[in-house]
Amino acid sequence: MAITMTKGQVGLTGNTAVAYAMKQINPDVCAAYPITPSTQIVEEFSGYVADGAVDTEFITVESEHSAMSACIGASAAGARVMTATSSQGLALMWEMLYIASGMRLPIILTNVNRALSSPINIHCDHSDSMGARDSGWIQLYSETVQEAYDNLFQAVRIAENEKVMLPVMVCLDGFITSHAIENMSLLDDAEVRQFIGEYKALHSLLDTDNPVTYGAMTLPDTYIEFKRQQSDAIARAKDVVSEIGKDFGNRFGREYGLMEKYMLDDADVAIVILSSAAGTTKVAVDELRKKGKKVGILRPRLFRPFPFKEVADALKGVKAVACLDRVDSMSGFGGPLFNEVRSSLYESEKRPKIASRIFGLGGRDYKVKDAVGVFEELLKIAETGKVEVLTKYITM
Amino acid sequence: MADKKNLPIGGVITTGGTAHEYVTGGWRKLRPILDKDKCTNCLICWVMCPDSAIIVEDGKMIGFDLEHCKGCGICAVECPDKVKAIKMEEEGD
Ligand code: SF4
Ligand code: SF4
Repeated sequence: MAITMTKGQVGLTGNTAVAYAMKQINPDVCAAYPITPSTQIVEEFSGYVADGAVDTEFITVESEHSAMSACIGASAAGARVMTATSSQGLALMWEMLYIASGMRLPIILTNVNRALSSPINIHCDHSDSMGARDSGWIQLYSETVQEAYDNLFQAVRIAENEKVMLPVMVCLDGFITSHAIENMSLLDDAEVRQFIGEYKALHSLLDTDNPVTYGAMTLPDTYIEFKRQQSDAIARAKDVVSEIGKDFGNRFGREYGLMEKYMLDDADVAIVILSSAAGTTKVAVDELRKKGKKVGILRPRLFRPFPFKEVADALKGVKAVACLDRVDSMSGFGGPLFNEVRSSLYESEKRPKIASRIFGLGGRDYKVKDAVGVFEELLKIAETGKVEVLTKYITM
Repeated sequence: MADKKNLPIGGVITTGGTAHEYVTGGWRKLRPILDKDKCTNCLICWVMCPDSAIIVEDGKMIGFDLEHCKGCGICAVECPDKVKAIKMEEEGD
């Protein structure tokens, strides 16, 4: 597909931008099975393969389970590997997700967030990637097309960092970000090449002079040690994500941290929210700020590993917080973001009041008025010091 | 694998041929016994043994590597019907 630029800016959908990032990364192997709403990523990338625009070996497979299996095999062989999926596709990869992270393979997966069945639904929520939150993958959530594009390059560096060596999932919102055209700027191929560098795998299954075994059985005398190593690695990833986000900013002028704070420093109340819905919430913040209300937003960008300390720090001066989850963890106690944030705050001297609000499941619109409603509730909580309803569904 | 502080990451085994060090013979309940007089050295047992525990020298089947033979009995079954040179016997305690 021809991409035309005006004054360094292009208008691209999230999917096209991700496919273009993959073209610029030029991975050795891509194994994928298209699924709504991430279909165009695989479709357009396979076009680049067919046109000879990349050197990638593109493996067509019969399912997402096979897609991830092929990614694992190729990564164990020492290749730089990428794939993309959504919803049921990610669910079908489940077994293999854990194998990829346990084998410490730096595979990059773009997950275009979509609700899980049942009832069947093709629209955005985070039930797919949040279900995989304990699979050992690093998870980055992108607010915009630009951020999804930028995250992909950073993901390569994070995954392949020798202190990390773990797979990374880059998430963007289905349809809202994947299909909407946004103005954004692209990097030059040469800039991308310099930023991501060459991948030199620690081991390769194809190196017959130095034969290795991947996926061997471990018994009670070693399994826990391997899990401990993995746990240490994902904890270390947090600083690596920061470093790489800074380096990205130094080179290209768009710096990324573990989280984005919007009007948070002097805020009395805050919404904590992931991905594109933060954009809608920002409009509500601007409106309320004009009326003198001290409201703000914390948007974690990194969800796995969860930046517990930094989140607690960011919410230090806030009186009341609502965590808005576009997913229910079906624990009977709010969404996953709520639970992580609430747990992060436990050590704080002065804990803000906190509430869980579940919104936008299956693509239900989340509007500025919904965010305003939550802020108004929070302002009341800040005033009275009482949380009337701890967990509830909104946008109903 | 003994040095737990220096385990290779991801559970990778970083050298080849380590199966040799894993003595699967300890699992054996039945032991294969060869009748050399009947054996025609067709080497079907050598092909079929899942543990490479059939010892062959100069093209002749000469016995079993009992460190690795796990006593599955496949060799005894696969030895041609007209020959049946391998019998499985209970291991002593
Ligand atoms: S009993 Fe099984 S393991 Fe032992 S030599 Fe025969 S085929 Fe091989
Ligand atoms: S299969 Fe039977 S006849 Fe053939 S080599 Fe083995 S023991 Fe001998």
